[in-house]
Amino acid sequence: MGYTVSEKILARASGKEEARAGEIVKASVDVAMMPDLTTILAVNAMKAMGVEKIWDTDKVVIILDHVAPASTLLAAEIHRDIRKFAKEQELKHLYDVNSGVCHQVLPEKGHVKPGRLVIGADSHTCTHGAFGAFATGVGSTDMGAILATGKTWLRVPETIKVKVDGRLPDWVAPKDVILHTAGQIGADGATYDALEFAGETIKDMSVSGRMTLCNMAIEMGGKAGIVEPDDKTFDFLNERTDGVYDPVHADDNAVYKSTLNVDAESLEPQIACPHKVDNVKPISEVAGLKINQAFVGSCTNGRLEDLEVAASILQGRSVHEDVRLLVVPASAEVYLQALDSGVIQDLVEAGAMFSNPSCGACFGGHIGLLAPGEVGLTSSNRNFRGRQGSPEAWVYLASPAVTAASAVAGEITHPRDL
Amino acid sequence: MMAGMKVSGKAWKFGDDVNTDLIVPGKYLELVDPHEMAKHAMEGVDPDFPGKVSEGDVVVGGSNFGCGSSREHAAIALKYVGVGAVVAESFARIFYRNAINLGLPALECPGISEAVSEGDSLEIDLTGGKVVNATTGKELDFVPLPGFMVEVLGEGGLVTYIRNHLDEW
Repeated sequence: MGYTVSEKILARASGKEEARAGEIVKASVDVAMMPDLTTILAVNAMKAMGVEKIWDTDKVVIILDHVAPASTLLAAEIHRDIRKFAKEQELKHLYDVNSGVCHQVLPEKGHVKPGRLVIGADSHTCTHGAFGAFATGVGSTDMGAILATGKTWLRVPETIKVKVDGRLPDWVAPKDVILHTAGQIGADGATYDALEFAGETIKDMSVSGRMTLCNMAIEMGGKAGIVEPDDKTFDFLNERTDGVYDPVHADDNAVYKSTLNVDAESLEPQIACPHKVDNVKPISEVAGLKINQAFVGSCTNGRLEDLEVAASILQGRSVHEDVRLLVVPASAEVYLQALDSGVIQDLVEAGAMFSNPSCGACFGGHIGLLAPGEVGLTSSNRNFRGRQGSPEAWVYLASPAVTAASAVAGEITHPRDL
Repeated sequence: MMAGMKVSGKAWKFGDDVNTDLIVPGKYLELVDPHEMAKHAMEGVDPDFPGKVSEGDVVVGGSNFGCGSSREHAAIALKYVGVGAVVAESFARIFYRNAINLGLPALECPGISEAVSEGDSLEIDLTGGKVVNATTGKELDFVPLPGFMVEVLGEGGLVTYIRNHLDEW
């Protein structure tokens, strides 16, 4: 019997001939990534373990992104302490508050490669499976142990194959594919499992779209989301890495726990309704619902093509008078691309607010909170009660296109109906 | 390894899909002091929880307990507010690891939501793999922890475990 991508990567990372789903392995970590709000806890854990120096100054990456720039004294102190720690440790990769969201910055700066084991102290670390890596999120104590030893224990996951075929209709995006998938699999339907995304639609999909898919594997309880690397992957990575890869592909006779077939052609835009990511409905069932705030951004949908589609809808139109539209690029690189392409001009002229890269608007941080009774429509990844401000607010998830069209109409709207 | 490990306390019941945003909302992620985090334990579901819970009490969850964000603040807050164990129909992966890493028993126990009412007295025998509802006399088996996690929990959590076994890592 053959092996899945996860089985192959985890066998390699643990120095074994083979690793099978269900087995627990002790694996060497290739990249350990920490965002600002979990770093101090991880460092404290490492020190409590009796270790003062991180195991490798080149493999640890810290990115100050969640509260960027600091909006509270506590956040300012965390950032100060992290900068000091990075200096003391002679850490080679600290990306400061001007850089962007960790899951965008990590691959942009060349830290992610196919076949690598990437562990992050953030649940959306599964994003990096879009490059054919095995990438998963852990808590701070696990990260402390990795900082101390370079290793972690992992249960080799079973794999669910999500096979997507057919051409996506106009205005239907990778986000709609993954929301539909979450609705089918359920919020805990992939707990402990990896999701391998395959099929013609995935082959045709941009790297940015693949990141959107893998990013939301965790919303089904998944341990990892994976897309096998191809020329698109290498085109993205070549200018950012040393160009030496060890790509991993699933065997034809690999064993899957199950397969979900998705017919892309039949999809319409999808909306995840409060307060669960798997409470997914086609837009035709939700259209007309009034919104107060719209947000385009986050590690799920804050890349150039997301901003571009929003701008294309907003160009020559105006944000509805009862709606605030907040647009946040996922990184400084995306910010610059958006400046170059004129996207920012279009968005701001239409009445959008454009903010510096950060996670703030997604997790109820320092920008864009919702008041009790308000409705938010967002291109981010979680619609949990209280996630974006008041527990009495209502959060709906959608693609950037639907979010932008709805910001114009003042209510949830299919872009084709504008 | 876990000989003699017992937890007993009152049950506090919560439903399905209690995510870590509900256990500790995002606005408290800047906290690094565990006792400060404890003041906000379960704030998104029951803001009065820290005032009501007693040392050793048991959080009883439904399915997918602790889903969402990897924030260890959630497990830390429960531990430092005095929770002795979390028993649930099922757990999300990262919360489960975080709890065990902190030495907070997280026990998967199908049927627990039906078998327990809020306020029941629970006795958990970690070695024997049993949850006993002392109020009703009902007994349930929990799913045994994977071997490695038994070791980690037995040594009080991952910090002590790594300290004790640093040479092997």
